[in-house]
Amino acid sequence: MVAIALLSDFGVEAEDELELSGAWKLSLLSELPIGTVGVVESLDLPREIQHHLMHMGFVPEARVVVVRRAPAGDPTVYSIDGFEVALRRDTAGAIRVREYEAPISR
Amino acid sequence: MKDCCSTATIDVPIEPRVAGRIRTVALVGPPNSGKSTLFNRLTGLRQKVANYPGVTVEQRVGRLNGIGRSDLTLIDLPGIYGLDTYSEDARVAIEVLHGEMPGTPAPDAILLVLDSLQLRRQLMLAAPVLSLGLPTLVLLNMSDLMEARGGRVDTLALAQELGVPVAKISATRGAGLDSITHFLNRKAEALPQPAGSPGAPSEVSSTAKIELPVMGNPRSYRQWATGISTRTKYKAPLSSEWTKRIDGVLLDRIWGPLVFLAVVFAVFQVVFSIGQPLSDGFGNLLNAGGGRIGALLGHNWLESLLIDGVWRGVASVLVFLPQILLLFLFIGVLEDSGYLARAALIADRVMRSIGLNGKAFIPLLSAYACAVPAIMATRTIENKRDRFATILVAPFMTCSARLPIYMLMIAAFIPNKPLLGDLFGLRAAVMLSLYVLGFVAALATAWLLKSSILKASSAPFILELPQYRLPTVRSLSLRLMDRGKVFLKQAGTVILLVTIVLWILSHIPFHADLAQSLIGRLGLLIEPAIRPLGFNWKIGIGLLTSVMAREVIVGTLGTLYGADPATQSLGLQAALRHDLTLGGAMALVVFFAFAMQCTSTIAIVRRETNSWRWPALQFAYMSVLAYVAALAVNQTILHFVR
Repeated sequence: MVAIALLSDFGVEAEDELELSGAWKLSLLSELPIGTVGVVESLDLPREIQHHLMHMGFVPEARVVVVRRAPAGDPTVYSIDGFEVALRRDTAGAIRVREYEAPISR
Repeated sequence: MKDCCSTATIDVPIEPRVAGRIRTVALVGPPNSGKSTLFNRLTGLRQKVANYPGVTVEQRVGRLNGIGRSDLTLIDLPGIYGLDTYSEDARVAIEVLHGEMPGTPAPDAILLVLDSLQLRRQLMLAAPVLSLGLPTLVLLNMSDLMEARGGRVDTLALAQELGVPVAKISATRGAGLDSITHFLNRKAEALPQPAGSPGAPSEVSSTAKIELPVMGNPRSYRQWATGISTRTKYKAPLSSEWTKRIDGVLLDRIWGPLVFLAVVFAVFQVVFSIGQPLSDGFGNLLNAGGGRIGALLGHNWLESLLIDGVWRGVASVLVFLPQILLLFLFIGVLEDSGYLARAALIADRVMRSIGLNGKAFIPLLSAYACAVPAIMATRTIENKRDRFATILVAPFMTCSARLPIYMLMIAAFIPNKPLLGDLFGLRAAVMLSLYVLGFVAALATAWLLKSSILKASSAPFILELPQYRLPTVRSLSLRLMDRGKVFLKQAGTVILLVTIVLWILSHIPFHADLAQSLIGRLGLLIEPAIRPLGFNWKIGIGLLTSVMAREVIVGTLGTLYGADPATQSLGLQAALRHDLTLGGAMALVVFFAFAMQCTSTIAIVRRETNSWRWPALQFAYMSVLAYVAALAVNQTILHFVR
């Protein structure tokens, strides 16, 4: 038998968490430009699609990198947990993210 | 299927889950975990490498021959992210794992395959799988690649965290598979095995209590998985520079679409410019063989049945085997390399404008080879309306079963005039326009469906882009063998049967003229209906027999013209030119571009939509369209060409 317990006290998003000192601003995933990083705040999609995306890693506090857009400009390829997934603009537009704004951009 | 409410599991030989005895093992894993490759390794059966729409929608079952345990059954489950997602795949997996799937024995043990390149995310699946409480072995696949790219994980710590044995493997290389043998033997004999012995998976005592997250909540799964990967010192490997660099070109604004078009063009060019001579050579070989055997038999009714009937009929279809295999080889390379997912990404914008999504592109591209696997491949299109629309348009794509009749009619009626140098001639142009015609019909139908009976709001498009990898010769050859077998089986059964029945029908009454034979009368009966299309009664019989399968018409015409004294001495092409006008010939290929002449497709649509309504609608729609289009082509050519 396995003991089932709620694990809430991990504080272990360590490798995801950015210990950077810039400012965070709220926006939609679809609005982020290529090359930027967003941290998922919340998803607002029909239940099943939301579940599916969350199983793929789009959960609050997950770090998403905007990788590139398809040649036609949409969908956009995002990198999450070291793998790439493409979402259409309307789907990505239902994902709220904190956008990281570096103090000094390259 | 029986009544809904009778327990279908009763007639199924489900072996009891005897403690410590393993008879059935389930292979579970997320998409792109290399699960199919491992299945292949373990059973010796064929499976495709990546998870593009529909590759593992069918569960596959095999014996564990690969590790010398042919007494054990391995069930391959569809690639899943969790056990509570909304997809059909996950529902299938849940039913199988709970032993509730009719016709499938309940698994006694689980092999959970995770891609060690993205372990943190893939570990999320471990939570619901472990909570099933079955003996489980966790396999960290592609661990050779992970380590080569600077990743690492403490498997012993992971085994302790999960409370089940963990082993590093490489399914592609076949490395570490002895850990599976150890696991199964140990469970089977219920003997403790010293942990850390060579090849043995990292093990902990089975009484260990482990902590699992709250079920059904992806967020807690993720916290749990992240916690474990941190405590087991998991270090993700650097992502493949190659994949990034290749995508920089293949998904480039300008290069992307160019490469995409070049790939599609190259496939056609090779299939026709290399495949055609191959097919011709194969055909000559078959004919020579037939003549040789005929000479041995002497001139009698048996020779007539075997050579004019069976051999001619079957050979005229077999001739296309080299080309069909070449097409499957191409699709296999695209799929196994990872390019097909990029193709879906590039195609999404266009597919969306007709109401489908980029994922439908892959099934529709596969439909160029055969509609049956294409329709089965629509299963991962999550939106049901999108999926049905794709199923309904797939048979319009020019499948390989249409090639025999296309090639026959084009070779017989279209002169081989060069249009753009030697590479692109009039024959190629006609062939290409038939492909375009099918494609346009598919698009128009999809648009029609999506704006009428299958109207829906736009569906989500979630497409995972796997890393590029070199297709293996092993996987490609297994795939070709499998496809070849399916084709030969059809030639050996359906087409053989049809040719024998046709020979008998065309020789009864005995010694009568072909026009007086049973089949002649049947053809004459429907002739008035098809005369406006420019078809004669022989073509009419071909249309009747080819409802079974499109390629049958070539065999039928071969048999009919072979049995007719007037055309017996001519080749089939000459015999057709003797009998048909250009209008009739072109009307015939257009008819075949639109008509749903394929029993297997009808059967598969029935199965996939779970109703007779859809295949019936589809058959009626396509037949009417085919008739009208053929009529238009014949009348146009009659009135305007010469």
